[in-house]
Amino acid sequence: MLLIKCPYCQEDRPEIEFSYSGEAHIARPLNPDDLSDEEWAEYLFIRSNRRGLHHERWLHAHGCARFFNALRDTVSDKFELTYKMGEPKAQVKK
Amino acid sequence: MKYSALSLLTNAFSGHKKWPLQWPDATPKKSYDVIIVGGGGHGLGAAYYLARKHGITNVAVIEKGWLGGGNTGRNTTIIRSNYLYDESARIYDHAVDLWDGLSQEINYNVMFSKRGVLMLAHSVHDVQSFQRHIHANRLNGVDNNWLSAEEAKAFCPPLNISKDARYPILGAALQQRAGTARHDSVAWGYARAAAALGVDIIQNCAVTGIKRGANGAVEGVETERGFIGAKKIGVSAAGNSSVLMEMAGLRFPLESYPLQALVSEPVKPVMPCVVMSNSVHAYISQSDKGELVIGAGTDQYVSYSQRGALHIIEETLASICEIFPLFKRMRMLRSWGGVVDVTPDRSPILGKTPVPGLFVNCGWGTGGFKATPGAADLLAHTIAKDQPHPINAPYNLERFTGGRLIDEAAAAAVAH
Repeated sequence: MLLIKCPYCQEDRPEIEFSYSGEAHIARPLNPDDLSDEEWAEYLFIRSNRRGLHHERWLHAHGCARFFNALRDTVSDKFELTYKMGEPKAQVKK
Repeated sequence: MKYSALSLLTNAFSGHKKWPLQWPDATPKKSYDVIIVGGGGHGLGAAYYLARKHGITNVAVIEKGWLGGGNTGRNTTIIRSNYLYDESARIYDHAVDLWDGLSQEINYNVMFSKRGVLMLAHSVHDVQSFQRHIHANRLNGVDNNWLSAEEAKAFCPPLNISKDARYPILGAALQQRAGTARHDSVAWGYARAAAALGVDIIQNCAVTGIKRGANGAVEGVETERGFIGAKKIGVSAAGNSSVLMEMAGLRFPLESYPLQALVSEPVKPVMPCVVMSNSVHAYISQSDKGELVIGAGTDQYVSYSQRGALHIIEETLASICEIFPLFKRMRMLRSWGGVVDVTPDRSPILGKTPVPGLFVNCGWGTGGFKATPGAADLLAHTIAKDQPHPINAPYNLERFTGGRLIDEAAAAAVAH
């Protein structure tokens, strides 16, 4: 089980308190009527599914009940950092 | 050599020390007609069918690890075809048809055992949903029957059908033609049969790039052992499909999750069939060695780690102990994880890609083993004819743009 640091609670808590909410920084289109089928497919279905550092959203469901973003390595499952909603996308160091 | 009772007897006299190698470890040539990336059952099978059914023998299978070391060797070997939608019934039943004669065809015992798969209904919703599945299956010529709780108990005596059970059993759907097979044999059998027809099998050779020419078409693959040319490339790489597609500049509707399984200490025969409980995420059967083979659910997050969290298998074992109280004191021997590539509609992507010469077989999610011969046959057909077979035509990549999904995710209400 992973230990996850909630950026709001500032505590390392066990994974069962959290629910995974998919890839992060995918914004819902502001102009849905103008989107082509290809653009809808990109928004709804296409995911980076990165092998390596992956931006993702988590929900501290059984804690503060707030969403936050994380940068996690999908090979080691190690969290690089977690940060609050609205903060800029974490840069991946080369 | 052909395996037979006679060859077994002859080799018994020499203490089983003179069996020839099942297939040679090939050194890559400069180029091939077709390269298959991924040496699991699906990829090796595709190479075999390319050679046998389509006469294309200048083929290489390139595997980054060892044959069958990915999801082929990490699943719970369940084979069934009782899916809801017409497209699914056709593709999974095509696979079961091929499983039927596979051992004879490739002269290798894959130990396909039609011991029946029992899917338990624990709620009124389950009952209604399974009965709908049964009706849909029978319209499609797929066998599936409804059993009452008592009939299910008669078919599988270890079941706890008492009224006060934590997960009461209201009935079950039984596909009698379904069952299990020996997973390693599937990889080895296809490898041996393909190699006998001239296919090169190259292990420990990761693909690091896919080279495309000026017109966009594929020209070959970069590997750890140098460049290997090919005008046609079939990618059958399960959990790593996104990574390979990205090498060709494509983004796919896939996410990779860890899926775990475990086995108990071996015991005498006690489980006569496969039992699945989708609502509590428990899958169980007994191997011919006597181990209970148990499948759990996926972890919630994307991962390529080939291991999952302990609380996932704890939940599965807790459910198993409720449904089969007599297993409560059994000890578990080994657990492991595989990386499964899941599509948004939980149906595979099998066909051409926007890149000329690049073909893909991916997105089988948590249920790829059962499809092995079918997927292999259809991938080979698609590569050989440069167009999909009618069975896999609906499983195109364009369905995510056009909206014609094959939504087995909604049909099963769980990953499957």
